[in-house]
Amino acid sequence: MAYPEKYKYTREHEWIEVAGSVGTVGITDYAQNSLGDIVFVDAPKVGTKVEKGSAFGSVESVKAVSDLYSPVTGTVTGVNEELATSPEKINTDAHSSWIIKVELSDPSELDALLSAEEYEKFTAEETGK
Amino acid sequence: MATTDGFVGTMRKVTAHLTQNEGLSFEKSSPGKKGYRLAPLDVPEVDAAALLGGAVRDDVGALPELSEIEIIRHFTRLSTWNYAIDLGMYPLGSCTMKYNPRVNELVSRLEGIAEAHPYQPESLSQGALEIVKLLQDCLIEITGMDAITLQPAAGAHGEFTGILLARAYHQSKGNARKTVIIPDSAHGTNPATAASCGYQVINLKSNAQGGVDVAALAQIVNEDTAAMMLTNPSTIGVFENEIHKIADVLHDKGALLYMDGANMNALVGKTRPGDFGVDVMHLNLHKTFSTPHGGGGPGSGPVACKKILEPFLPSPVVAQGEDGLLHWNYDRPKSVGRVRMLYGNFGMFVRALAYTLANGPDGLRQTTEDAVLNANYIRKKLEDVYELPYTTPSMHEVVFSDKRQVKNGVKTGDIAKRLIDYGFHPYTTSFPLIVPGALMIEPTESESREELDLFVDAMRQIAREVEENPQVVITAPHATRISRLDETGAARKPVLRWKGPPEDAVEVDTPAKEW
Amino acid sequence: MRYLPKSDAERAAMLREIGASSIDDLFTAIPEEYRLTRDLKVPRQMGESEIIDYFKAAAAKNANGYTSFLGAGMYRHYRPVVIDSLVQRGEFLTSYTPYQAEITQGTLQAIFEFQTMICELTGMDIANASMYDGSTGAAEAVMMAVRITGRDGVLVARTMHPEYREVMHTYAQHQGHDAREVGYGQDGRIDLAALEKAVTDEIACVLVQSPNFFGVIEDIPEIAEIAHKKGALLIVSVAEAVSLGIVQPPVEADIVSMEAQSFGVALSYGGPYCGVLAAKEKYLRQMPGRLVGETKDTEGRRGFVLTLSTREQHIRREKATSNICTNQALVALMTTIFLTVYGKQGMRDLAVQNLAKAKYAADTLGAQGKLLFAGTPRFHEFVLQTDEDPEQLSARLLESKIIGGLALRKWYPELGNATLWCATELTTRKQIDAAASVLADAPVAAEAR
Repeated sequence: MAYPEKYKYTREHEWIEVAGSVGTVGITDYAQNSLGDIVFVDAPKVGTKVEKGSAFGSVESVKAVSDLYSPVTGTVTGVNEELATSPEKINTDAHSSWIIKVELSDPSELDALLSAEEYEKFTAEETGK
Repeated sequence: MATTDGFVGTMRKVTAHLTQNEGLSFEKSSPGKKGYRLAPLDVPEVDAAALLGGAVRDDVGALPELSEIEIIRHFTRLSTWNYAIDLGMYPLGSCTMKYNPRVNELVSRLEGIAEAHPYQPESLSQGALEIVKLLQDCLIEITGMDAITLQPAAGAHGEFTGILLARAYHQSKGNARKTVIIPDSAHGTNPATAASCGYQVINLKSNAQGGVDVAALAQIVNEDTAAMMLTNPSTIGVFENEIHKIADVLHDKGALLYMDGANMNALVGKTRPGDFGVDVMHLNLHKTFSTPHGGGGPGSGPVACKKILEPFLPSPVVAQGEDGLLHWNYDRPKSVGRVRMLYGNFGMFVRALAYTLANGPDGLRQTTEDAVLNANYIRKKLEDVYELPYTTPSMHEVVFSDKRQVKNGVKTGDIAKRLIDYGFHPYTTSFPLIVPGALMIEPTESESREELDLFVDAMRQIAREVEENPQVVITAPHATRISRLDETGAARKPVLRWKGPPEDAVEVDTPAKEW
Repeated sequence: MRYLPKSDAERAAMLREIGASSIDDLFTAIPEEYRLTRDLKVPRQMGESEIIDYFKAAAAKNANGYTSFLGAGMYRHYRPVVIDSLVQRGEFLTSYTPYQAEITQGTLQAIFEFQTMICELTGMDIANASMYDGSTGAAEAVMMAVRITGRDGVLVARTMHPEYREVMHTYAQHQGHDAREVGYGQDGRIDLAALEKAVTDEIACVLVQSPNFFGVIEDIPEIAEIAHKKGALLIVSVAEAVSLGIVQPPVEADIVSMEAQSFGVALSYGGPYCGVLAAKEKYLRQMPGRLVGETKDTEGRRGFVLTLSTREQHIRREKATSNICTNQALVALMTTIFLTVYGKQGMRDLAVQNLAKAKYAADTLGAQGKLLFAGTPRFHEFVLQTDEDPEQLSARLLESKIIGGLALRKWYPELGNATLWCATELTTRKQIDAAASVLADAPVAAEAR
């Protein structure tokens, strides 16, 4: 699956789409594919402070748990409630199944994130290992 | 089985036979049936509502109502759906599925033992206390340690207790310290335990032989290290031959060596942890000492320690009084406290002691030797078809990987499922984590050469199926009551209890309707 | 050694095939200085008859043929014969944790039935596959409440079993929890006014036992209201599971922790018993221990699996909800069979008999002393205060082969010469009358005053 050009990516396999001062965060297709069937998404509550590079939640498959790392620092303003009952949405379309929305406190943090092209190269290297 | 072209192995150990269908007890229930009869009441009847007032319960809920014969059949039918040691080899690595002697069961049910109330006077509990004392003495001798508590209810509970002892020890020196070092090959209970005792876990990467890298260890041990938790033999079945150096490195910095005794069955009568530098360890009576696994418990996890840790043992401890009787001593000012009510899983002590008495010193040693012999025999017979990631000498278990089979799209979990068709319980899959695609095989001493040969034959035939007909392995098991279950569905929409017949339930055809 | 299925000739042949010259070749990884070259100093190998003789002799030194009024968290109830005959089937006894669902459906379905029965009995939505026992179960429930609320204050009723409280303190002290106890009032129940004062925004949970250690039934709806007002959870511990046959279940609780020993499990000098954790559905993800769920196989047939295992130590390691690994599967099976035998009607009948026996015992023995907390509803235990010192009383009762009530001074010095008595369906009127007549013969208690 192609990685949307308008998103930015982390090396921990999250994507973020920024509109104004709000970032929308999810996990990449590569991440959902390596996790397998996702059965549960543990997302924070609205109002939680998240920090760039720190875990804000986790996604679970039947036999694995993977922490979610925030691409940016800020405050959670929205949580995708749909995932609570239908976590499989991430498997069917990872790039449109957002997990949280974050009010950015430092938009300059985005500069350090990967572009779609860089991320794709990064995953190719990981797979190559 | 769906016939496919290509090689399909010959099952020599098993023949498929019918098993009975059986619904849930709730589905079989009908009001008015009874499986009990109480003795007539010999005291005046009471009005429950009057006695309990608002606390009286009107409806006990949907418990089943069945007669005795139905109950016997219900659970007997369920039992036939289980595999068990009593049916054959159960090579679940690290679980030590050995024979559970029946005399153990008999003696644990003797009236004076089974009916003993834990609070009955000590003068009327001397038999129970003697059993505790003798088992303690035997376990202290077997481990080479100085003191022991039998209170922990299971292995993980023993780990918790052992790390609490370490913590209390450090605390008594003024600093509880901050970290516990755990190799990446460790069982998941180790890091979970350290965390629940308030320690930060430091992971130690294993060396190329799958063992502890002593030089790397020396670099990370410091004054913050409370202890290292080490399984020996390790989870790949290898004895840490530098164990004394490991102990020295830790002791030099005032840290303690905790040994996870899950694999003690490889050592009994051949070497003693107390002699090679271990400060505190737990034992799993349901592994090394033959108490039954019972479908997942009860266990029992005694913790043995060196003298320096003795003052901190959970309260109470057994002591001989001036009156010549055995007592529970509660006067333990430095104790970590209780980790469980009462004295531990006493019924398991009885069984473990019966096992020890049945063996004696010669039997215990021979048991260890046979367990190691069996594992090495399997290793020798399979190492040409399955990848051996570590070639260091094996003790009581051998760990292969699915590296060669993965090329044909078959993983350890598939081979495990196929083994079921051949009449065996699978080995442990995907553990330890340091071996990708692990097949962890622990035969125990309880297998005859004939049974081992059948297992080897099954594993070799499966290896051939993987080469010539992988589909038959990937879709296994084929001969069981049910096929692979939808674990994803179970986790996404958990159904954890019966909630009555579905509202849209249609009545199914019953034989009675046919005539 | 009769458990080992090999002749020496077979051992030698196997060694040859491995390429080892002797068994010691396989132990060379053990440094020489640590190899044990002597026999272990344990008793010599015994014949089966000798083993039985040893344990019979030990059993004979324990109380035999005594009438017992002991309860205090461990109860003597009738254990239907079918329980033992069924759990001794090798397929239950010698199987392990049902990781491989295709060949462990028996254990899995039985656990699913167990989880269902526990939910029915406790009024909770979900129950796990069992914990070690009631005391560790209560401690795990507290940790669960701390995780859920993100608070670390814990309030425990002093009317809770003293040993449960000790275990809870052991667990709590290393988690940095601030655990405090709340006293009891004249009625033998938790002091509601003190509780109300103690519950603050920092409190994660209130932990009470009902029926409590004195046998008294706590006012659960009232306690729940006090706890919930401040956002704290209520954990109710049930040490006498048979009470649920006639006592209202703690439906107002958030978590119920239960000791199910009463359901057909031998006293066995303290274990193994069977802890149970049940909770409201919303706390599922924070529940420790194993869970069995219903699902379907590839052909659409119903089957059961261990599920939601990502909460557990073998996956989450240091972030697990608990380090618990084994459960008490075989003991949980015993309790499941017990509940199937008694069923809906039987559980009620059984509980009512217990109520009746205890009422008679409390009236009869109470006439020989002072019945404490007499006006409060209780199940099958009661506290008796005597002029006579409990030790003297106990000694006199033992002369009549009666083990009397448990002296409470050790834990509740303020209650003086108080003893805790229990009567179950197995206690006979004759036994109660006999105990009462020993009590009535009390020597003039001048020295006890």
